[in-house]
Amino acid sequence: MAADVKLTRLELDKLIENPKTKVIVCCGSGGVGKTTTAAALALRAAEHGRRTVVLTIDPARRLAQSLGLDELDNFPKRISVEGFEPAGELWAMMLDMRRTFDDMIIAHSDPERADELLASPFYQTISTSFSGTQEYMAMEKLGQLVAEGEWDLIIVDTPPSRSALDFLDAPKRLSSALDGRIIKMLTSPARAGGWGVRKAFTAGLAMATKAVSTVIGGQLLTDASAFMQAFNSTAGGFKERATKTAELLRSPGTSFVVVAAPEPDALREASYFVERLSDESMPLAGLVANRTHPTLANLPATKALAAAEALERQEGNGSPLAAAVLRLHADRAALDQREQRLLARFTRAHPGVPVVGVPALPSDVHDLDGLRIIGERLASAE
Amino acid sequence: MTKPRAGRYTPSAGWTQELRKARLHFVTGKGGTGKTTLAASLGLALASGGRRVLLVEVEGRQGMAQLFDTEPLPYGERHLVSAPDGGELRALHIDAEAALLEYFQMFYNLGFAGRTLRRMGAIEFATTLAPGLRDVLITGKIKECVTRTGSDGRFAYDHVVVDSPPTGRIVRFLDVTRALTDVTKSGPIKGQAQGVVKLLHSPETAVHVVTLLEEMPVRETLEAIEELSDAGLRPGAVMINRVRPPRLPARSITAAADGRVNSSRVRAGLEAAGLDLDAATLDGLVDETVEHAIRIAAERSAMEQLGEAKQPTIEVADLTEGVDVAALYEIADMLVEMGVR
Ligand SMILES: Nc1ncnc2c1ncn2[C@@H]1O[C@H](COP(=O)(O)OP(=O)(O)OP(=O)(O)O)[C@@H](O)[C@H]1O
Ligand SMILES: Nc1ncnc2c1ncn2[C@@H]1O[C@H](COP(=O)(O)OP(=O)(O)OP(=O)(O)O)[C@@H](O)[C@H]1O
Ligand SMILES: [Mg+2]
Ligand SMILES: [Mg+2]
Repeated sequence: MAADVKLTRLELDKLIENPKTKVIVCCGSGGVGKTTTAAALALRAAEHGRRTVVLTIDPARRLAQSLGLDELDNFPKRISVEGFEPAGELWAMMLDMRRTFDDMIIAHSDPERADELLASPFYQTISTSFSGTQEYMAMEKLGQLVAEGEWDLIIVDTPPSRSALDFLDAPKRLSSALDGRIIKMLTSPARAGGWGVRKAFTAGLAMATKAVSTVIGGQLLTDASAFMQAFNSTAGGFKERATKTAELLRSPGTSFVVVAAPEPDALREASYFVERLSDESMPLAGLVANRTHPTLANLPATKALAAAEALERQEGNGSPLAAAVLRLHADRAALDQREQRLLARFTRAHPGVPVVGVPALPSDVHDLDGLRIIGERLASAE
Repeated sequence: MTKPRAGRYTPSAGWTQELRKARLHFVTGKGGTGKTTLAASLGLALASGGRRVLLVEVEGRQGMAQLFDTEPLPYGERHLVSAPDGGELRALHIDAEAALLEYFQMFYNLGFAGRTLRRMGAIEFATTLAPGLRDVLITGKIKECVTRTGSDGRFAYDHVVVDSPPTGRIVRFLDVTRALTDVTKSGPIKGQAQGVVKLLHSPETAVHVVTLLEEMPVRETLEAIEELSDAGLRPGAVMINRVRPPRLPARSITAAADGRVNSSRVRAGLEAAGLDLDAATLDGLVDETVEHAIRIAAERSAMEQLGEAKQPTIEVADLTEGVDVAALYEIADMLVEMGVR
C-alpha cells in the first residue's frame, strides 16, 4: 500500500463550533467544490447553533435556488424552508460584483463625484471585464460583513479562477493597475518622474506611449485617467483598500480551507497555495480532498478481476450481473488506490497539514439534504 | 485493464467530411474538462502520417510545456515532438504583450522604449484596458501562422490547433469584429483584422468543444454551440472526454440506479466464481453498484442532452492512471481511429 504516510485528520466540527472562528475562506482551483464545501460547512455550522452567513460566488443555478437565492440582491437572506429548523441560523448571499463596486463608490464619495464615477465609460470596463475585479469585490464584501458585526461565523466561497492563488494576487494586481501611476505615464510621459527613467529617454518614451494610445485609442486612456484620479482621491485608493482587506485575512479568527480534487493538477495547485499561505502567515485549517472514491467492500481488485474473468469464461457467461459488479468494484478500487497515492504524496510534502477526504456523491449536490450529507462527510461524522 | 470505449448512446460519431476541410482548430470547453490535453492529442493525431502541425497556446499558462514536460515555451515557434509516421508537432506560445511589442517595432520602430514600457507594466496595462486588443493581436498572429507558405508555395503548417479560452470567453475571443471596437478605427491593426474575420468564419476553421458527461459542462457546451452559431462561427466536434465504460448490462441500469439490485443473484454469481463473501462485503458491492448505476444514468441523460446539439461527437476514454506524454499518443490513436485526419 502506498498510503502508509500518516494523515492528520482535519476536524472541521472543532473549527466551526469554536466561537473564536469568525471567518472561513474556502479556496481551490476551478471546479473542485469550493461553493459546495462553503455551503455545506455553513449549513452544518447553523445546525450546530451558530448564526452563520455564507457568501457564495457564482453558485450553480439549482444550488442557488435551493438556498432561496433566485436573484442577485447582494445582501444576505435567511434560509427558511419547511422542516429546516437549525439550532442557529443560516443566511446566504450571492456576490453581485457590479453592485458591490457601485456601493463601494457611493459609500466613499460625495453624491456628485459618485455619479461622475459611475457614469464613466471606463468604469463599465473595469466593473465588468477587468480580471481581478471579482476577487477584489469578494474581499470588499467580506470586509462589509465583518464590519456589520452581526455574524457568529462568515463562510466565504472564492471566485472560479483557474488558480487558487488568484484569490490572493488578483486584488493586488488590480490595485497596482489602477493606482494611477501607469495611466499617468501613458497620458503625460514627460512628467512621469520616479520611474527611474533618465531624461534622455523621455523622448523615446513619449513616442512609445503615443504608439500605445494610438492603438488603444486616446479616448479610452482619457476616460481611464479621469476615473482613476477621481476614485483615488475619494475612496482612499484601491491600494489602501486592498491592503486593508488583506490584513483581514491575517486577523485571528480567520481560517483557510483549501479544497482540491484528488487529482495531480488540483493537488499541485493546493500545494502552491498551502506554501503561499504559510509564507504570508495566513492560518490554514487544512485540505479537503473532495470527491474521493473509497471502496465500500473489502475485496482486493485483483481477486475481483480474476473472479470476473472466470465468470466471463464460463459457458454463456451465466452471471453477467455478478461479473459486472466485480468489474465495477475493480475499477473503483484502482481509482481509490490512485487517489490515496496522490494524497499520500501531498501529505509527504506537507506533513503538518490536516486532510479530510469527502467521498463523492453519485449525483450533483443541489439541495439542503445533499449539503447536509456533504457536511457529514466533511466532518467524517457519518 | 480493458480499453474502455462506450459508444452506445452516441448520437452521431466521428470526424465528418466537413471537419476534414478545417485547417484551423480551436479547442474550447468548460474549465478543467481537458482542453489542453485534447488540443495536444488532436495536434498529434493530425500530424500523424507525416504532416506538420502547430500547437498554439494563448492563455499564458505554459500548460503545454508542463504537459510535454519541456522548458517553458518562448514567443516563437519550435519543435515539440515527433508524431507517428514522420509527422511533426511544433508549438507556439502567443503572448499578447510580446505580440503588441512586435507590432510596435514593426510600425513605429520603438527600440528600447518599447521594452521600457513593458518593464513598467504599461503594455500589460494597455492590453488589459482594451481586452479586444489582446484578442485581435492573438488571432492576428494565428492567422499569420495558418496562411504562411514556404518557398515551395505549400503551407508552412498543414494544421494549426489552438488550446483556446474556456467556453465562457470563446465567442468574445473569436468575435474579432466586435473586438475591433476596442481599438482605434484606423491603422494597420484594422486592416489585418479583416483577413482574420474572413478566415475565422470560413470552412477552414472549426471550434471544437470539450465536455465531460456532467451537468454543468454539458450545459456550457450547448450554450457555447448556440452562441458560436449565432456569431456566424463554426462549431466543430463535441469532444466528450473521460468516458468510462458502463459495466452494468444496459437493462439493469434504471432499476439499479433506483436501488434495486438483485443481491441474491449477485451472491449466486459470486459463488459460481468461487467467491464466498460475508454479508458486509456483499452489501458494500451492492452499494457500489447502485452508485455506479446512478452515475451511468446521469451520464446517459447528459449524452442525450448533447445529442440535441446535432454536432459530430468524438469520445475519449478516461485514463485511470492520469495523463503523461505517452497518454497523449494513446489519445491521439483513439482520435485517429475515430476518423480524425
Ligand atoms: N462531494 C461531491 N459529490 C458529488 N458532487 C459534488 C461534490 N462536490 C461538488 N460536487 C459537484 O461538482 C460540481 C462543482 O462543484 P462546485 O460548484 O462546488 O465547485 P467550485 O469549486 O465552486 O467551482 P467553480 O470553480 O466553478 O466555482 C457541482 O455540480 C457540484 O454539485
Ligand atoms: N482522458 C483523460 N483521462 C484522464 N485524465 C484526464 C483526461 N483528460 C484530461 N485529464 C486530466 O484532467 C485534468 C484537466 O485537464 P486539462 O488541463 O487538459 O483541462 P483544461 O480544460 O485545459 O483545464 P484548464 O481550464 O485549467 O485550462 C488534468 O489533470 C488532466 O490530466
Ligand atoms: Mg464556485
Ligand atoms: Mg488548459
